[in-house]
Amino acid sequence: MPHRLLRFGWSRKHPEPRMFTRHDTLRPSYDVVIIGAGGHGLACAYYLARDHGIRNVAVLEKGYIGGGNTGRNTTIIRSNYLTPEGVKFYDESVRLWQDLGEDFDLNLFYSTRGHYTLAHTDAAMRTMRWRAEVNKHFGVRSEAVDAAFVKRGIPAIDMSCGGHAPILGALFHEPGAIARHDAVAWGYGRGADRRGVEIHQQTEVCGIRLEAGRVVGVETSRGPIATPRVLCAVAGFTPRILDMVGLRTPIYVHPLQAMVSEPVKPWLDPIIVSGSLHVYVSQTARGELVMGASLDPYELHQTRSTLDFVEGLSSHMLDMFPFLSEVKVNRQWAGLADMTPDFAPIMGVTPVEGFYLDSGWGTWGFKATPVCGKTMSHTVATGRNHPLIEGFTMDRFERYRLTGEKGAASVGH
Amino acid sequence: MKILVCPLNGPRPILEFAYGGEVRRSPDPDTCSDAEWSAYVFNRSGSPGLKYEWWCHIASGYWFVALRDTARDVVVATYTADRVRLGLPAPAAAQGGAP
Repeated sequence: MPHRLLRFGWSRKHPEPRMFTRHDTLRPSYDVVIIGAGGHGLACAYYLARDHGIRNVAVLEKGYIGGGNTGRNTTIIRSNYLTPEGVKFYDESVRLWQDLGEDFDLNLFYSTRGHYTLAHTDAAMRTMRWRAEVNKHFGVRSEAVDAAFVKRGIPAIDMSCGGHAPILGALFHEPGAIARHDAVAWGYGRGADRRGVEIHQQTEVCGIRLEAGRVVGVETSRGPIATPRVLCAVAGFTPRILDMVGLRTPIYVHPLQAMVSEPVKPWLDPIIVSGSLHVYVSQTARGELVMGASLDPYELHQTRSTLDFVEGLSSHMLDMFPFLSEVKVNRQWAGLADMTPDFAPIMGVTPVEGFYLDSGWGTWGFKATPVCGKTMSHTVATGRNHPLIEGFTMDRFERYRLTGEKGAASVGH
Repeated sequence: MKILVCPLNGPRPILEFAYGGEVRRSPDPDTCSDAEWSAYVFNRSGSPGLKYEWWCHIASGYWFVALRDTARDVVVATYTADRVRLGLPAPAAAQGGAP
């Protein structure tokens, strides 16, 4: 094996096909320019090429493919939301996830685990019943369950949570799943690439050219491009892109941190969320515990890590699972979350003609990757909002018609 | 940022403080249009930059204003709350002048 590897390394011919084509130059014009080669941007490019026949598309990425929040989330997929708009939207996403690996011919390590949102108070229990009813109404498998059910599903848990936050019950969501997040970006990227979409990494957008209120082109670090349509799918960098077209939105950016433990024997099958303890945790196929908590407490455009975060999250993990006290934390990291006041995204057409937005994905964007690609490709191709994103449009704020999804955020941010 | 210098209590660990958002001026609700009011209620300046922000030292319940670079997480200057009424300097000027 080392011999073969060496020979492969030294040989001039590399028979292994590359995942993505490298393009040395930008074309002078494209039908669509997508800013951001994360899951959402690449998914949109993929469906534009596959379903709408629009292949003259450039995906511009300042860093590298999937290097933003696509590679920084805790990979949880669920549809147990609170509003009808949210439930329908995320349910469609869960449906799309099911055969995505086959679509891509790539193993996404999609693993259906079941998802418990623990309730430690009567008020939380009431929200769980509410969510379960809304979910069931739309055919999503969620149930409000009692403490005994939780204990059967998670035998290792301390039901009293250290004595100060006893678990009364939970919202159990059977389709809850985890997946390998990098592979999602790679799968969509490769699928788009094979259909003629150009992915340009290390290409920063420096400006957007407007004429008479409509998009005519994009200025990049590698020269200008003419295009009538631009999709912004850049997560925590959204406000900077919006400044280029002169739009103001409610988006504010806080870092969101996460961490991962050393690998341990499999003991945790389902995904556990506790809003009161500010924890969400799952165990990967490799045995690591992937853990996340609430947003950092103030605005910041930096992906630095803090010790406060590890201390806070670890102490809450130990409330639920005291036997983990000897387990080590391997890594921690942060991403920039573009938050909205109602915890729902901001998507679709904007007052600037030809400028489309897939933003406000705060702390809940990974699970929506497939459905965002589907709906945004429809919106970009037709110039009209897809019916599934009507509740997420930018003008909902001036109409005071918010889509209040905070009750379904995994932890009380 | 691990330590914030409070105008009343001096340097204190950041955990003792709560962030209160950007200092913003409300339009007159009696005379402004619906669009102006919703823009004030919801819209934020999301891009990184020098911003005046409300901060509270929780232990003493003391509110004050900090001028902070939200890209680098560095506090340029702090002010007592009455400066909001009397007028804060333009962020660029404050960066050059105040400690």
